[in-house]
Amino acid sequence: MAENTYSYYPGCSLHGTGKAYDLSARAVCRHLGIELRELQDWNCCGATSAHALDSWAAIALPGRNAAIAERAGLDVAVPCAACYSRQKTCEKALQEDQQARERLEKEMSFSYTGRARFKHLLEIIVKDYGLERLREKLTAPLTGVRAVGYYGCLLVRPPDVVGFDDPEDPRTLDDVILASGAELANWYAKTDCCGGSLALVRPDVCGQMVARILQQAKEAGADCIVVACPLCHSNLETRQPMASKLLRTDFEIPVLYFTEMLGLAMGLPPKRLGLNTHLISPRKILRRKPQAVGAAATVGGPAQRGPERQEEVAGEEEADG
Amino acid sequence: MLRLVTRPALVIQPDFATEIAAAAKTPLERCIQCAKCSAGCPVGFAMDYLPNQIIHLVHLGLEDCALGSNSIWLCATCETCTTRCPMEVDLAAVMDALRQKARQKAGSRAGGKVGAFHDAFLASVKRFGRAHELSLVGELKLRTRDFFTDLGLGLKMFLKGKFGLLPQRIRGVKQVRGTFRH
Repeated sequence: MAENTYSYYPGCSLHGTGKAYDLSARAVCRHLGIELRELQDWNCCGATSAHALDSWAAIALPGRNAAIAERAGLDVAVPCAACYSRQKTCEKALQEDQQARERLEKEMSFSYTGRARFKHLLEIIVKDYGLERLREKLTAPLTGVRAVGYYGCLLVRPPDVVGFDDPEDPRTLDDVILASGAELANWYAKTDCCGGSLALVRPDVCGQMVARILQQAKEAGADCIVVACPLCHSNLETRQPMASKLLRTDFEIPVLYFTEMLGLAMGLPPKRLGLNTHLISPRKILRRKPQAVGAAATVGGPAQRGPERQEEVAGEEEADG
Repeated sequence: MLRLVTRPALVIQPDFATEIAAAAKTPLERCIQCAKCSAGCPVGFAMDYLPNQIIHLVHLGLEDCALGSNSIWLCATCETCTTRCPMEVDLAAVMDALRQKARQKAGSRAGGKVGAFHDAFLASVKRFGRAHELSLVGELKLRTRDFFTDLGLGLKMFLKGKFGLLPQRIRGVKQVRGTFRH
């Protein structure tokens, strides 16, 4: 079996409103030589609703997926942060809670060995595949595009369940942005909550949370926000008009999945990445002309890390020599 | 901003704290009221009781106050509180335990619109094995009798092909339904 083969757990969103994430993830992985095999007959992970109302279903739903993954025998790539969080919570229960494991093994008719680990797609690309190998494939750098990395909540918290990155100042999306040749803007809303499942039923609350994030992105001079979760993507896009009204401004900030950003940096056609399905058009990103780094550095906002970080990286490469 | 909210008839349930601690599997008696959780809570601005106040209500056995708060339903389980608590109290798990207790006592009336969303979501999962967004939204609108919110947005998303039209029922849907029966 090729070392770059994974089982794939898209989750319910990627078959619906998160279609662009599914398209771009598959396109990028194909380009990198990573094979994704969708898990057979997977079910919903339960997301927020299961653990809010039913603590056994909250473990058993991802438990059924764990059983399917065990039979397939490969590590599982998970693009959605919420699904990732639920599957890792279940994994922790299987490893540390003997009662839960015995009950799950009985109900789902399997034997847990732990050979099929659930990993977020970001982790697989940045850590397993590796930034160095990734950079070689990014032949169409997004020069002149200034981006912020938005991690949200469940990708990085709590660290003992999901933690492949720092919960307060994570860097993996930042690494992706830099690798794709874009300028990285530093900002304060990296791990602020987008409102999650409150979006449909409490848009008044969710709108304010999204407004805070968008305002931070604007102050950092970001041309776009890069995300790794379909619900964050949905909230940041669909609540932009409401956020604009709340803060009496006009936010028009495209939200890109990190796989779309990578796909563009690989020179893949935007339509294949699902970029035509966005509510906030990314055409400003697609048409951007390269700017001199000096000119961009004077755009308002907190001290940008981009040029310094690029020098750091260059320094490392020279040292490897 | 801490707001003092008064409620009538404070009835103390002496076993409430131990019950919730056991359900959430977390040592909430260790809370020292440092309020770091409330400082980091992104939804705190909309809550009637802040997270540290909810823990305090649990400590005091003020079950009705805790279960009747909007806090437990507005909590977005962002896990900021759990991550930052210096006494390692899993507040997100406490919020889950309180939601479930509220439902146990008051049925599906507990939780208002947020509760209705969770019901609609899980109804879709029970029906198809996966959450089908279009039917989920439909069910939510019926349950809340709110048909007009986000109508324009919904139409825009539909035209962009964001809704998978046909739900796919998985073969193992019976096993999925089984996870809810216990």
